[in-house]
Amino acid sequence: MDTFIHASPFTGYVYPNETVIPWTVLIVVYPYLTGLVAGAFTISSLYQVFGFTQLRPVAHFALLVSLCCMITVPLPLLLHLGHPERAFNAMITPHVTSAFAVFGYAAGFYVILLVLETWFVFRPQIVEQSKRQTGLLRWFYKILSLGSDDISEKAMNYDRKWLFALAVIGIPGAHGLHGYVGFVFGSLKSREWWSSDLMPVIFLLSAIISGTAFVIVLYVASCKLRKVSIDLACMKIMAYALWGFMMFTLLIEGVEFLSLVYRGREGIDVILEFVTGPLIIPFFILQFGIGSVLPLIVITFMIWRGTSGAALIVGITGSAILVLLAVLMMRYNVVIGGQEISKTAKGLIAYTPPVFDREGLAAAGVVLVVPLVLLSILVRLFSPWHDEHKVA
Amino acid sequence: MDQDEKLDQQQKERREFLSCLGSAIACGAAAVAANASSAGAAAPAINEGIPPIPNFDWSKHRWAFGVDAGKCIGCLRCVEACKRENNVLPDAHHFRTWVERYVTLEGEDKARIDSQADPANIEASGSEGHYRFANRYKDAKVEKAFFVPKLCNHCTHPACVQVCPTGATYKTEDGAVLIDHTYCIGCQYCVQACPYGARYFNEEKGVTDKCTWCYHRITKGLQPACVEVCPVGARIFGDRNDEQSLISQFIQNNRVQVLRPETGNAPNVFYVGIDKDVG
Repeated sequence: MDTFIHASPFTGYVYPNETVIPWTVLIVVYPYLTGLVAGAFTISSLYQVFGFTQLRPVAHFALLVSLCCMITVPLPLLLHLGHPERAFNAMITPHVTSAFAVFGYAAGFYVILLVLETWFVFRPQIVEQSKRQTGLLRWFYKILSLGSDDISEKAMNYDRKWLFALAVIGIPGAHGLHGYVGFVFGSLKSREWWSSDLMPVIFLLSAIISGTAFVIVLYVASCKLRKVSIDLACMKIMAYALWGFMMFTLLIEGVEFLSLVYRGREGIDVILEFVTGPLIIPFFILQFGIGSVLPLIVITFMIWRGTSGAALIVGITGSAILVLLAVLMMRYNVVIGGQEISKTAKGLIAYTPPVFDREGLAAAGVVLVVPLVLLSILVRLFSPWHDEHKVA
Repeated sequence: MDQDEKLDQQQKERREFLSCLGSAIACGAAAVAANASSAGAAAPAINEGIPPIPNFDWSKHRWAFGVDAGKCIGCLRCVEACKRENNVLPDAHHFRTWVERYVTLEGEDKARIDSQADPANIEASGSEGHYRFANRYKDAKVEKAFFVPKLCNHCTHPACVQVCPTGATYKTEDGAVLIDHTYCIGCQYCVQACPYGARYFNEEKGVTDKCTWCYHRITKGLQPACVEVCPVGARIFGDRNDEQSLISQFIQNNRVQVLRPETGNAPNVFYVGIDKDVG
């Protein structure tokens, strides 16, 4: 039995069945990945739909980032399920009142949309490669071109209309998918920590900042790896986006927390005990202090001082890394934190995630690396760069 | 055949029945599409949604459970009987039913609460498979003390059923909330949704589990195992459609209350003799 169960110690009174935490770090990774999808797609859409031309260097790259994360999203869920081979039951016979039953359809729809948009974006490149490459790769691109090798200006105009339409549909699609993840938690009345109307909004805003930060970090890393110069205008506008959405995220999170404390419903004593005890490091120091306030101050300082050049790149990239940590901690504090507060409202559970387990930290780490592996393959097959000529 | 196998057999029969029902509906729908006027004649007879359990018609029962907390002596026979009857994992983290002890000491405002699963009580019993309450208050000045048996509330509006993505957990016509272990995907969303902590995840089977009111017994005219073994009659079970049943009398003759009515789940386990601290 010991190999199966990770029971946690507790203080106060908790229901006997609560000592085994139902949702583990894999369910922390799941909303983290969907958040990265929505955020990266936002960056791509700001260029595709709203004409932010400064984002051109990362627009196609952000789309690939979004696709790679989205392909990985079902993985933590499947690893978590007691019967992953039955996962399709939720799609074959969806229970319409379940928020979770929608996931398969919403995710499926969004993957199709992402794949379609990626295909349209890279179609000229696919056609070109199908003529230039030899051997297996030639066949690979030929099949991907789906028999359509017309890249005349007329055809490109037609493609652009499709791209615009897909991006327009994709914005509510991506954000709806992630807002829905927030709803999965916020709609549960059994847990005071989760039960909030603001939960979908908090998830959504934090998604946008995490996706933006992810694109910033990956863009800088890729430029260093490819030895090309980093587009400062592009970095600046992503930093502005990061700053703006971070401010909203912090405000809404603050309002949500304040409402929870101010309402002071049953269980608030335990919640305050939790917040001022086990949550001090993961919430106040990591998520709020180092992960949110510090990057906000750094970016504000750089905007104020008009920082440029290498200092700007280091400042923005460092801030983005901290934001990625903050959002990961936010997911952890919501998912795991919510389960550490007992449903009895009279006790706290102290969960320590195992390292090597089907649902342990190592498994979660591997899941987080998968999109990076996929991305490293995809950028080689479909180059998203427009800047190869610029040498660093 | 042990009880677990019986329950599995019943679930299998139920699935076969539902499969037949599905086919019948599909045939009916096809017939409607082909010829609306002759559809009724073309569709096979449908068994009005009654599961194929011999001599049992679920549309004629409305089960409910009563707990007279004032009578409970905390002997925990119910917990052990439930574990054996339903093959519940033999440890201190998986229970279909449990008993809580509320002790208010002199000069204290809030009750001290523990259950048989508390590490101190497990230590006293000497095993995670045997249960007793340690006599930890023998030297204290106790102002008030009582026991409260807990189990699935088989709610009228069950949050667990609402959130199940596949419909593997469902409400029966006679009021029980059950889980189809052959269809459950093991996502544990229902475990999260239950405000009473009544559900747990069976790591061996990869599915969630909880009290069924011993559905395999009650559909044969027997009492749930916990009710059967209770030496003081603190647990009452029966059919509310029968006005003379013990449960109907219990609800009529007492001012009963349910746990956490504010959730809107409308529980069907009715309590007498509990205090403000019980939730």
